[in-house]
This record gives sequence, C-alpha cells and structure tokens, in this order.
Amino acid sequence: MRQRELPAWVGVVPFAAYTLVFLGVPVVAVVLGAFVDPATGGVTMANVGIATSGVYLRGFGSSIGLSLVTALVPGVLGLVLALAVRASPSLRLKRAVATASGVFANFGGVPLAFLFVATLGSTGLVVELVKAVGVDLYGAGFSLYSFWGVAIVYGYFQIPLMVLVITPALDGLRPHWREAADNLGATPVQYWRHVGLPVLAPAVLGCMLLLFGSAFSAYATTSALTSGSLALTPIQIGSFLNGNVLSGQENVGRALGVGMIVVVAVLMALYALLQRRVSRWLR
Amino acid sequence: MAAVITAPPRAPEKRSRRRGGAAWARRLVFVIAGLYFLVPLYAAFRFAISTPDGGISGAVFAGIPAQEGFLDAITLTVRLAVISLVITLVLVVPTAVWVHLRMPRLRRVLEGVTLLPIVVPPVVLIIGVLEVAPPALKGTPDLLALVYVVLALPFAYRALDSGLQAIPLRTLVEASRSLGAGWGRTLVSVVLPNLRSALLAAVVLTVAMVFGEYTMASLDQYETFPVWIVVFQQANARVSVAVSLLALLGTWALLWLISLVDRRRPSPEDA
Repeated sequence: MRQRELPAWVGVVPFAAYTLVFLGVPVVAVVLGAFVDPATGGVTMANVGIATSGVYLRGFGSSIGLSLVTALVPGVLGLVLALAVRASPSLRLKRAVATASGVFANFGGVPLAFLFVATLGSTGLVVELVKAVGVDLYGAGFSLYSFWGVAIVYGYFQIPLMVLVITPALDGLRPHWREAADNLGATPVQYWRHVGLPVLAPAVLGCMLLLFGSAFSAYATTSALTSGSLALTPIQIGSFLNGNVLSGQENVGRALGVGMIVVVAVLMALYALLQRRVSRWLR
Repeated sequence: MAAVITAPPRAPEKRSRRRGGAAWARRLVFVIAGLYFLVPLYAAFRFAISTPDGGISGAVFAGIPAQEGFLDAITLTVRLAVISLVITLVLVVPTAVWVHLRMPRLRRVLEGVTLLPIVVPPVVLIIGVLEVAPPALKGTPDLLALVYVVLALPFAYRALDSGLQAIPLRTLVEASRSLGAGWGRTLVSVVLPNLRSALLAAVVLTVAMVFGEYTMASLDQYETFPVWIVVFQQANARVSVAVSLLALLGTWALLWLISLVDRRRPSPEDA
C-alpha cells in the first residue's frame, strides 16, 4: 500500500458520533431528568415514586398486559399460519403470503387505525352486519377503543410480523425427522409434542419477545384510535409532551420513559440469550 | 423383523388419510386468515366510496390531492425522507463496508448498536431530543429528519450487512485497488453496483419508515403525512380512510419493487 494506512477505528467514528449525539445524549438526558426535582433541581426519587404508583402503575399494567396478549395470541396464530404455508404445496401461495406479511408487518400506525374504524367502529361494516343478524356488539360491551378492541387491531401487524420472523426458523425442522417419526409409528400429535415443538420452542419464544417489544412501544395506532383515552404508558408519556402536566410532575414522563427502557432492555437481553440457543439448532 | 417388513405397506395409506385431514385444516387456516386481513380492507373501501346520501362514488380518491393541507404534508414528508435518506446512506454504507473489510470483529458490536433504537421507544427518544436540541434546530422540522436517521439505522444497516455478506467483498476491493483505483472509486464503481438490491432495500425501508412515522412528528407538532391523516379525520373521515388505503397500496408497491429487483439479480451460479 502506497497510501499511509489509517488506524481501523477511524472508519467507525462518524457512525459512532452520530449515534452518540442523536441517541446516546437524548437517552442520558431522559434518564438523568427522571431523577431531578423540577422545583429545586436537586436529586429526588419522587418522580420514580409517582411513575410507579396509581394511574401510571396501572398504565404499565395495561401496557404489559396488552403486549403479553398481543405477543401470545398473534404469536401462536402466526406460527400456525407459517406452518400451514410451509406445508402447502402451492408455490404461489407461499410467495403471496411472504409479500403480504412484509406489507402488513410494515403497515402499522395511523392508516391501520382508520381501516379498523371502518370495520369495527361503532358504525363499522362488521358491526352493522352482525347487528343485522341480531347481535349488538357495542351493546354487549365491545368497543374498538378499549383494551380488547386495540388488541384485535394489533393482531393486524403482529401476526404478519410473526410469520416473517418465524419462517426462517421453521427450516430448522428437518423433513427427515418427520419421516423418522412417521416410520416409527408416531401420530402427528406425538411428533409435535416430542420433536417439533421442543425444537421450535426457543425460536417461537424469541419471536414472541420481539412481538412483545413491538406492541409495547407502539404509540401511533392507539393514539389515533383512542385519542389517548386508553391509558397505556406510551400514551401517558405523550401527554406529558403535549403539556397536560401537573406542576411539580414535569419529570414524571421521563421516569416513565426510563421504566419503558428497562422493560424493553430486559426483553432484548432475554431475546439475545434465546437467539444463541436457536442458532445452535440451525447450524 | 416381521413387523419391520410389514410396516411400510400400511404407512402410505395411513399417511395419505392424515395428509387429507391436514389439507382441510390448512384450508381452514387460510380462509380465517384471509377474512381477518381482507375484511378491514373491504370495509375501508366501502366506507371511502359511500357518499353521505347513501350513494357510491369514487370521487373521494380523485379529490385527495385537492384536500386542504394534503400537499403541504406530502411536501414536508418527502423533504424529511430525502434528508434522512441521504444522511443514513452516507453514514451506513461506508461504515458497513469498512467494518466488513477492516474490523470484522466489530460486526457484532455494530449489530448491537443498531438494535438500540428498538430498545428506546420513539416516544421516549423524542422527549430527550426535544430537551437537548438547540433552539435553532427545535424550530425546524429538519430536526425530525435527523432523528429519523437513528430510527432508520436498524433497517438500513441490516439490509447492507446481509448484502455485504453475500458478495466476495475483499476480493473485489483488492482487485480494484491493485488495478490502481482509489478508495472512492472502488466504493462507487465496484462495491456499490454489487450492493444494488441491498441498497434498494435500505432506501425503501427508510422511506417507508419516514412516511409512516407518527409518534415523533405528532409530539414535535409537525404535520407530516400520518399526522395530517389524523388531523383531517375531523373534517372528513372518508378522505382519511381513503388516504389510509392508498398508503397501504403504496407500501405494497414499494416492497414489490424490492422483490422485483431481488429476483432479477442473477445468482452467482448463473453468472
């Protein structure tokens, strides 16, 4: 080499610097702010105390509950769909599902909320259809703008996300295991109980963690759908930025933010551990 | 021994019956999934084309560009998309190439760093950004574009990383360098053309992200495309639903574009 060589680390400096400025610094500001008393500027645990009690504690409860429900149910449904697609002989179907999953998994947020207002809103198509048959969904206590309503909407991007992330892991199921089980006289139930599910379990769990994280930080769909009436943690944090704050509680939003980061960080650590186990099988 | 010999003839019959049941179960799964995903699309379409007096008209779609604020929202969103796209590519492409060539051990670390924006929910990040941003930046929507770069990093880096994995990068670079090309020329005329589909994926995912991002834009109070949909709903919900449908079609078209380019690219065996 005629040119003088730069030390290798120089190449990553711009990237590292940008990430530090636009991700590192803001996060540190939030974390520090969570422990500052807005009146005196001194260090306090009061924000964290408020953020982990009363309406905010219930917010974390609903957020975690919603994320659990929309990780488990769409997780299982997505797995079933992915298995059905894998078993199907039609190549066209496989390709169609793969493309559709990509589209729907990327299609969250605001437009999704409006699709469902037209479907399951108080005058939505399905609600009117069911009413014509004599069942009054809203009279029976259902509402699109409640916990379960939002959960149904989340399935619209969670199920395709599950299909996308679990499909590569399904290749870990070697066809000759199925053949071996068949030849040894195993029923399908026995095959899944003793071979299929144990092999898939770490991957399925890992993907469900990913789904949990995706539901937990989702803001747009719920915000557009309920205009803030469903008390989830991201919505509560958003209302701090919109200026709906009691004086003296300005930093509670930051403490809530730290709480969210902690929850997601724990999940990501679990996910990384599971990935290590999964890759052992896929090798 | 006898059992082993007699077992095989029975197996195919048993299996075909079982497979027949499985095919029905599969069909049921597809029908239910199809209903869940298609009914909302149909409902939204019906809602958008039905007029207040009970008739049906597609005029709502044609009228979208003329709606108040729509063009402004699109212009703003395009501007943010262009800014964040340029910064993302300038930042991620050389870094990913450099790491693959000079510091392969750092790949793991970088992968971890690009995951961080997922750990920090956007609603939390925007609090911090609005707190530390200098007033000059806070007064302009371009601040959003600068932060969108961080959100785009995971998609863009992952797309490029797998693209780089798939080509013999070191050989290409060494060949180009030994023929006398400088680093810049090597990057532009040798490496980038080989990364076409990875680059396209990074571009499309970044643009789609900017066009869908609602959390930060609404909390920073700028009327980007998704924010406009929500605001405009109060004036005319039919228009908002129609635009939402078009947004879905747009996502579909973009992803279809990626798969098209991906498929056209010859595999190494064909070459």
